[in-house]
Amino acid sequence: MAQTNSVGQGSNGVADESPNMIVYRKMEDVIARMQDEKNGIPIRTVKSFLSKIPSVFSGSDIVQWMIKNLNIEDQVEALHLGTLMAAHGYFFPISDHVLTLKDDGTFYRFQTPYFWPSNCWEPENTDYAVYLCKRTMQNKARLELADYEAESLARLQRAFARKWEFIFMQAEAQAKVDKKRDKIERKILDSQERAFWDVHRPVPGCVNTTEVDIKKSSRMKNPHKTRKSVYGPQNDVRTHSPTHTPAPEAKPATEEELQDQITYWGGQLDRHRLKMSKVAESLLAYTELYVEYDPFITPTDPSNPWITDDTTVWELEASKEPGQQRVKRWAFGINEVLKDQVGREQFLKFLESEFSSENLRFWLAVQEVKKRPIREVPTRVQEIWQEFLASGAPSAINVDSKSYDKTTQNVKDPGRYAFEDAQDHIFKLMKSDSYSRFIRSSAYQELLQAKKKPHTFHSR
Amino acid sequence: MACQGLASGETLKSLKAESETLRKKLEEERKKLHDVELEKVAEKAEALGELNMKTRRTLKGHGNKVLCMDWCKDKRRIVSSSQDGKVIVWDAFTTNKEHAVTMPTTWVMACAYAPSGCAIACGGLDNKCSVYPLSLDKDENLAAKKKSVAMHTNYLSGCTFTNSDMQILTSSGDGTSALWDVESGQLLQSFHGHSADVLTLDLAPSETGNTFVSGGSDKKANVWDLRSGQNVQSFDTHDSDINCVKYYPSGDAFASASDDSTCRLFDLRADREVSIYSKDSIIFGAASVDFSLSGRLLFAGYNDYTINVWDVLKGTRVAILFGHENRVSSLRVSPDGTAFCSGSWDNTLRVRHEREG
Repeated sequence: MAQTNSVGQGSNGVADESPNMIVYRKMEDVIARMQDEKNGIPIRTVKSFLSKIPSVFSGSDIVQWMIKNLNIEDQVEALHLGTLMAAHGYFFPISDHVLTLKDDGTFYRFQTPYFWPSNCWEPENTDYAVYLCKRTMQNKARLELADYEAESLARLQRAFARKWEFIFMQAEAQAKVDKKRDKIERKILDSQERAFWDVHRPVPGCVNTTEVDIKKSSRMKNPHKTRKSVYGPQNDVRTHSPTHTPAPEAKPATEEELQDQITYWGGQLDRHRLKMSKVAESLLAYTELYVEYDPFITPTDPSNPWITDDTTVWELEASKEPGQQRVKRWAFGINEVLKDQVGREQFLKFLESEFSSENLRFWLAVQEVKKRPIREVPTRVQEIWQEFLASGAPSAINVDSKSYDKTTQNVKDPGRYAFEDAQDHIFKLMKSDSYSRFIRSSAYQELLQAKKKPHTFHSR
Repeated sequence: MACQGLASGETLKSLKAESETLRKKLEEERKKLHDVELEKVAEKAEALGELNMKTRRTLKGHGNKVLCMDWCKDKRRIVSSSQDGKVIVWDAFTTNKEHAVTMPTTWVMACAYAPSGCAIACGGLDNKCSVYPLSLDKDENLAAKKKSVAMHTNYLSGCTFTNSDMQILTSSGDGTSALWDVESGQLLQSFHGHSADVLTLDLAPSETGNTFVSGGSDKKANVWDLRSGQNVQSFDTHDSDINCVKYYPSGDAFASASDDSTCRLFDLRADREVSIYSKDSIIFGAASVDFSLSGRLLFAGYNDYTINVWDVLKGTRVAILFGHENRVSSLRVSPDGTAFCSGSWDNTLRVRHEREG
């Protein structure tokens, strides 16, 4: 039965758990459903040879159950999720150290909650040594050490040479306790213990699912919860239940923080929001416009280099001759022209032919300033001021008086955003005036109509 | 609500109540404009054909988990960083390794390619972001020219150049993001507001835009003004850490990937979450997301080793991709959208595209 863990509450009332715990809880919910008497996986005891195999179910049983109960579409996905649950140690094949799920008659058993990963086990190598040592004391074919286990045991014997006597004693004590157990119970516990070690000391080459993302690991290390020793004197597999400790409470907000929050929420309430219907139409329109440029939906022409190993499409992009599809895109919005180097050049060329390029040149220059090292900014700001805004400027631009005054002030203590207001004003002008003229111009239309030159005529 | 003349304990209580009232009011306002579901409107959009993704390149060479990767603007080169401290620059097209740097730290969680293609930035447990100019001379020791740019007080979780080689934006486990001048290492602007580790950030794609979005362990996604340092918009519907945020190509929305096993779409104009991408069978956290060029597809890499491809508008899953043998930690679509690359804890990177025919 899954134990509830009392942890701190988040502001929305949902229990605050570390990311790993969230996944463990979800897997444990699935396990609980799998173990349900009525709708779960049928668990049975199988008669084999001279003995019984207690408490098992087949791999196919698991796969079928998952497809039926978890909204899973196909067997491949079921096998994948099932293998992950096995790799985390929630159920295991009774005759294999490798924790995967197979869609056949292979027998599996559930892991006991004591050994669940949600108990934050970090078993020590001394424990592993005790375990392997104990295995060698028990004369059962099914408990024989695998090659990698024998190697591990040898390594541990060297590492713990000084305290081996103590380890040996613990192993003996464990073996003694085990002998007293009921035969069937012993079979089950032995397999569960082995599965525990298969998770924490996996077969070489298998994924170690106990590895954590270092960014999250500090939140998992709850010293009360982390169980380090599996075989300490007070630990008995059968009686111990998972402990629960409340997480530390979040610091209460200060007066200043609350004032800030109030100001923030107030500001957010003033925001102008769009109706969802409008937003949805806009999202649809955008994707529809660009879908022909999306190589994952519309095959590229020329071919996608990753498919055919032919890099023509990249060479064409890099060349100064823009293809029809590329030119077409410039009409989608001023941003498309500005972000395409060739588009910018063509736009500038057109404006120069009309002797009205100062707005665009100003805009480009201000963008450039923001890209330079901070050291260069004061000089550049002065240069731009002289060229575009000072009285008698060679490329005088027209900004509204408010922006002009603000800019005059800014230039006295020049930062990267000295021309922000002026740039905004100029951008709006360009968008409504120069850009529309460009798209309607014969220069642009010619580029758009240009017949695609045959690939062979391009000079390489 | 007047708080004058109240004892300080009472003041805190009433301030808390006021803050809570405003927050609830904001939620109500946001709800009022929710007149239709995105999926409903998207019913009229053309259905996507079946997607057949194929792995075209597998980049092997890292000795440990790949934690982060980024594309070069030339659409074929990639920089990747790993738990073992190595940062590798690949020509993914030929699979050749072109440069390799050994960082003086393990867990290099962030890396980025400069817009010019002439430098890379990276950092992680060293709490710094360093810039390495890429030399054309293969024998030159890159580490010699290393430049320390950003200094945080906890691990570096993400970094990106702004629209030039001269500025870097970083996110950190110390709960802040920051904008730095590369040449001088000067802090240009810092961004405070997350109440826990900042795990991810993404710059808005607009030519005129001056904003970026960040996601954190506090389950919040915050939108920031680069110029003022202010948090201008905030979303907190996720149930766990937000591991990755990415702008929708138009810049009007962004997607998030979270440890609550869902990815979500937030629209800035509607000021709310507009879609959630989840399934009962997906129970492991999502680590990384990116959009295809048109914004119709969302590629998401998960801690269950898979990549799920979502129809952004209709909210359905259109493909599930296997292949990695451990968690997918990082995923990016190439600059021209012709392929996407995923990095994994299985030490490899895979470049995938849509198969012809």
